[in-house]
Amino acid sequence: MKISFSAEDERFRDEVAGWLADNLRGEFESLRFRGGPGDEHSFPEERKTWERRLAEGGWTGVGWPGAVGGRGLSINQQVIFHEEYARAGGPGRMGHIGEGLAGPTLIAFGSEAQKARFLPGILAGTEYWCQGYSEPGAGSDLANVKTRAERVDGRWRINGQKVWTSLAHESDWCFVIARTEPGSVGHRGLSFLLVPMDQPGIQVRPIEQITGTCEFNEVFFDDAVTDADNIVGAPGDGWKIAMALLGFERGVSTLGQQMQFQNELDQVIAIARDNGQAQDPVMRQRIADAWIGLRIMRYNSLRMLSGPQDGSLSKAAMIYKLYWASWHRDLGKLAMDVLGPEAEILEGAPYDLTRLQSLYLFTRSDTIYGGTNEIQRNIIAERALEMPREPRLG
Amino acid sequence: MDFAFTDEQEMIRESAQDFLADVSTSAAVRAAMATELGYDPALWGRICNELCWQAIHIPEEYGGLGLGFVELTILLEQMGRRLLCSPFLSTVGLAANALLLAGDEEQKRQWLEPIAEGRLTATLAWAGRRGRQDAGAVEVQAQAQADGDGFVLSGVARYVPDGHSADLLIVAARAPGSEGTAGISLFAVPADTAGVERRWLPTMDQTRRQAQIRFDGVRLGREALLGEAGEAGAALEKTLQLAAVCVAAEQLGGAQAVLDLTVDYTRERVQFGRPVGGFQAIKHRAADMMLQVETSRSAVYYAACVADEALFGETSCGELPLAASLAKAWCSDAYFYCAEESIQLHGGVGFTWEYDPHLYFKRAKSSESLLGAASWHRERIAQAIL
Repeated sequence: MKISFSAEDERFRDEVAGWLADNLRGEFESLRFRGGPGDEHSFPEERKTWERRLAEGGWTGVGWPGAVGGRGLSINQQVIFHEEYARAGGPGRMGHIGEGLAGPTLIAFGSEAQKARFLPGILAGTEYWCQGYSEPGAGSDLANVKTRAERVDGRWRINGQKVWTSLAHESDWCFVIARTEPGSVGHRGLSFLLVPMDQPGIQVRPIEQITGTCEFNEVFFDDAVTDADNIVGAPGDGWKIAMALLGFERGVSTLGQQMQFQNELDQVIAIARDNGQAQDPVMRQRIADAWIGLRIMRYNSLRMLSGPQDGSLSKAAMIYKLYWASWHRDLGKLAMDVLGPEAEILEGAPYDLTRLQSLYLFTRSDTIYGGTNEIQRNIIAERALEMPREPRLG
Repeated sequence: MDFAFTDEQEMIRESAQDFLADVSTSAAVRAAMATELGYDPALWGRICNELCWQAIHIPEEYGGLGLGFVELTILLEQMGRRLLCSPFLSTVGLAANALLLAGDEEQKRQWLEPIAEGRLTATLAWAGRRGRQDAGAVEVQAQAQADGDGFVLSGVARYVPDGHSADLLIVAARAPGSEGTAGISLFAVPADTAGVERRWLPTMDQTRRQAQIRFDGVRLGREALLGEAGEAGAALEKTLQLAAVCVAAEQLGGAQAVLDLTVDYTRERVQFGRPVGGFQAIKHRAADMMLQVETSRSAVYYAACVADEALFGETSCGELPLAASLAKAWCSDAYFYCAEESIQLHGGVGFTWEYDPHLYFKRAKSSESLLGAASWHRERIAQAIL
């Protein structure tokens, strides 16, 4: 058991930090600390340009194997990359759904032709992806997908509706879970399709959120089409692939997310020092607790990333979503309490939120998306603690 | 960075787990806690002679096994899990570390060797009667002898773990008129020294013994002094930080144990025609317990790595005070939370003497106040970050 990084890894850290210092400036300076969760609607074009700069520097697909054009970094160096990226204020990655979800899924399950067609665009920052999973009737109960796809004239024809699709209006492609076996229910009869966004059969409608901004969308499929070979795996493999993909989400990029959390906590601490709340004994306890909680989040991630990487989820990994989401939501509340009456005052009309106000409101989604806290608790109880399962249909 | 047990560490964990499952059963714990000594000397003898756990992190030059703080932490976690009644924390987690940090070579050989050989139990007496547990809590006074180069100890130390039975007392005492961590000296005092009066304090948590020790003009020779007179404040603080990591490890083990007990019970207990563990009202609370256990594990083993560096590393590890406070604050709350949930989720039987949750519930509370409660440690962190 060892918690320090090797000298070689520390040199790599310097290399990453140096590259970011040299590149995250000039035209990109205004992107620093922007575009993260709650701010994903900001500067989309500029952030795509930044993606291409990253690609030129070899900093996309850092965890992908070399054989498919990735950088093939060790886990430790991936951790370092994500930490330094966030520390430098690297903007929210426009390409994260492609790099973190679509790419790994294709690497694991895609055909050689699919890999050759799609991976280079993700790595180069020229093609962007969104995720078509949730539907109005399929949220926590994801297997209740109703969107259907049928083979017509050598293509898939898709009808239905997806919801909570972030960056849909900025994306070139969407991976869609659709029911390809008519009359099937539950997780059977689903397929994993790759669908181009720019077509008459697809309509994207933004959802105005609690923050007054729009990052999520509804996506309507009305006789949308995609080529017959844009299916990953075989028809009916959709659930298996969708579940594997959820595993890719809990990767090393969480360390970068924590660096962003640290920035937010630092801002809260600075305000507390400035407005005198740092002298209040109760507030001191809450701030210290938040600090402890974030440190433990990091240690927990390091534990997740160590040990056997056999794809199975350790207990440290199983609690992670519930833990970070709850911590982050509580940070938002703490930020408002530290600000006191100032918490109410907007940056401007009509509804221009400060960063911390946006944190406070947006983190209400953290405990809902990607598996609500309640679903997480079910998963922990049933899979880790082996308590009796919920009754299921289908 | 590889934040996982090595194969050897995993072996230590497994063998400790298996051994304690055999010997530190509920019946064995209940038998030990009914005695005034508070532990079974025969079992302690097996631990010392067959397993050598008491020697685990003592360096080889003092007769120890020379393993690290992580290995020590692994044992403590398993001991906490099984509520092992023993003088391990007092002897190894408190006294041995104080000797390592404050003793000179001769003193270390004199006292660590018999500890490592299992011939000597020891403890640390530092806190006074005011209920504080930090290094500034020292109330016993050490006065230079008027007629020699030794010292005279007078005053009362309280809440001394295993203080009624330990063979050797490491005593923190302060120069008259000093405050805080200034003016503190550490002394190695055999418990049978004239003027040392020890009294067992019966406790609500019966799995760990506490004592009050009165020093009534105890005359000590110069050789009893560890380090320089009045200069041991930093060594005492560091000893207490290391001990906080040790207690946090026990707390982790205890929290894991009550989670396991609770999950097992709710899988068996049938109401409304179903095991109650199938109801989400129960499952969700068990899941929250597991979250507390797993985050405690992350905190404890990180702190153990830091403690190892602080005790044996090339550099004096500046991270120890924060890592120790973080682990003790978090695990204190986590253990108590899990223990109280355990009673609630056991329902009526959780309130009985017969079932085990109350043993853990009581141990959780006593461990919380030992070496500083969560709020005290959070304030230490607040001082560093605010």
